[in-house]
Amino acid sequence: MMRLLATIKIAVRALLRNKMRTLLTMLGMIIGVAAVIATVSIGNGAKAQIEAQIASIGQNVVLVFSGSFTRGGTRSGWGGAGTLTVEDSEAIQREIPGVVVISPEVRTRVQIAAGGENWNTQILGESANYFDIRQWPIISGAPFTEQDVRTANKVAVIGKTVADELYPGEDPVGQVVRVKNVPFIIVGMLTPKGLSVQGADQDDLIVMPYTSAMKRVQKATMLGMILVQVAKPTLLNTVQQQVIDLLRQKHKITPDKDDDFTVRTQQEIAEMAAAQSRTMRLLLGAIAMVSLVVGGIGIMNIMLVSVTERTREIGIRMAIGARGGDILLQFLTEAVTLGVLGGGLGIGAGIGASRLLAVQMNWPILIPPEWVFYAFVFSALVGIFFGFYPARKASRLDPIDALRYE
Amino acid sequence: MNAVIRLEDIHKTYHTGDVDVHAVRGVSTGIESGEFAAIMGASGSGKSTLMNIIGCLDRPTAGRYLLDGMDVSQLGRDELADIRNQKIGFIFQGFNLLSRTSALENVELPMLYHGGHLSGRKQRQRALAALELVGLADRADHHPNQLSGGQQQRVAIARALVNQPALLLADEPTGNLDSMTSVEIMGVFQKLNDQGITIVMVTHELDIARYTRRNLIMRDGRLVSDVRVEDRLQAEAELLRLREAQKEVQLTL
Repeated sequence: MMRLLATIKIAVRALLRNKMRTLLTMLGMIIGVAAVIATVSIGNGAKAQIEAQIASIGQNVVLVFSGSFTRGGTRSGWGGAGTLTVEDSEAIQREIPGVVVISPEVRTRVQIAAGGENWNTQILGESANYFDIRQWPIISGAPFTEQDVRTANKVAVIGKTVADELYPGEDPVGQVVRVKNVPFIIVGMLTPKGLSVQGADQDDLIVMPYTSAMKRVQKATMLGMILVQVAKPTLLNTVQQQVIDLLRQKHKITPDKDDDFTVRTQQEIAEMAAAQSRTMRLLLGAIAMVSLVVGGIGIMNIMLVSVTERTREIGIRMAIGARGGDILLQFLTEAVTLGVLGGGLGIGAGIGASRLLAVQMNWPILIPPEWVFYAFVFSALVGIFFGFYPARKASRLDPIDALRYE
Repeated sequence: MNAVIRLEDIHKTYHTGDVDVHAVRGVSTGIESGEFAAIMGASGSGKSTLMNIIGCLDRPTAGRYLLDGMDVSQLGRDELADIRNQKIGFIFQGFNLLSRTSALENVELPMLYHGGHLSGRKQRQRALAALELVGLADRADHHPNQLSGGQQQRVAIARALVNQPALLLADEPTGNLDSMTSVEIMGVFQKLNDQGITIVMVTHELDIARYTRRNLIMRDGRLVSDVRVEDRLQAEAELLRLREAQKEVQLTL
């Protein structure tokens, strides 16, 4: 123990002797570890936000997307308002046990106007249950009602961004917005959600009864998708299968044909996102590896120089009674100290950079404590791995030759 | 059985390329406890090789070497390191102190590699005692570059003494010193020898060898002469004489 402590002291002193060189050697590790910590923090923050976003789809939700349809040789994507009907959604609500509420959905982008302002935004046609399913409360005013849906009333709920654009400095509730020249009364405003992970503005929309959207705005008869909320998470897969069976039957799809719709549970979407972030993490891991290896090579390089420079010192120590193992330990300690010190500073720099990004760029940053630990352990391992060869070289010197070295 | 060194027909052959160099060809001798011997010879006589073998820095190709009663001629690297640490104190021509390390820490160094663990305070005490023995206790905190050559060599002697070795081994200890300082260092050796410490040194300077008690002369890898020193010089008297002479020179100037 005494011996180890003394060895560490010797190593630290040797490093302090060449402060500039020590710092430059550590720089590789510092930059590498800092980059790892920063990228992992950013990735983690993004992951947390994706998870929050998936959760914001609602609780226990099954999404039924309309299949792609072909019009004049052009195929639309999923949710292209091709194959789902209002009757489909009513059938799901009526015939599948475990379904709590549903919301048929249509989407369209239109130019809207109010007073002297106008704006291009997304129109969402939903049922009155939409705000419950998405767990998206109204911040002022009230949501539209089932009555509004039945009568295709000209009412709408507005997102914060649209409100700011159309009625700057005014309360949007009670105002009139013209959608395709149809005047709608704004009955409520949604709680602002901010940007999505992809950078899309989630508050740039207007929600109105799907009946109104279909009849008065889109003049369409098909739904883009249906949101289905089930009673409990264990029912998700059962309901998913039942929806598939029901819709195949209603759409008269023979067993040899593919579905003309897609049913996804929230879990599946979450898993897809998780797979994406796994790929991301793998990539980050690879970058981390490369930067740490580069840092390690820097350590190895300077340790080789140090061993050559101090050949005479090694000779003296050996003549005085240092074993090969003592010399090995001395240089290994030096390398590990370089690694650990560099890693420690790198962790500090990485956390600092992450904080700065969080404050300056408003990025969601989550510094994972286990990664801080990994980074620290790994920098020590890098020190051992890349310090071993130079240290062994030193320990194998012949004392007579080493003493003669000028 | 109080022979510190017992050499029995020691051979050392170096294989350099095609030719074999027989540096030492059959040396047999013994050094008793409390002796003060000088190994002499021209360069290439094999005295340095013999010194390296005695110092356990190298192993003989053939022959037996008993150090303090123990056969060390076939030991491994680590065991030799331990022997060097515990039984031998080294003094080099170039002092070989660690630079940027204080005198005290230089003296503490052998204890760092000592198997029997001493507390930091104990180590300090012993190092200070060793420095006191060579008259440098007041320079304990000085770094080698703040010390004169003679002082550096004294630090090296203190370092050699600190583990209380059976044998003090000096390789041309006065080679880098002026004549006055050389005599001073020989005085330190004589004082230590008077206290019973066994000293073996290598030198090529005849007058330096006259401060020892026994001279062994080597030529072509063999011992050719082994004599007691009859007209032994006493360093203290010699120093006085030298100082007088110096004064006279200054007066005449």
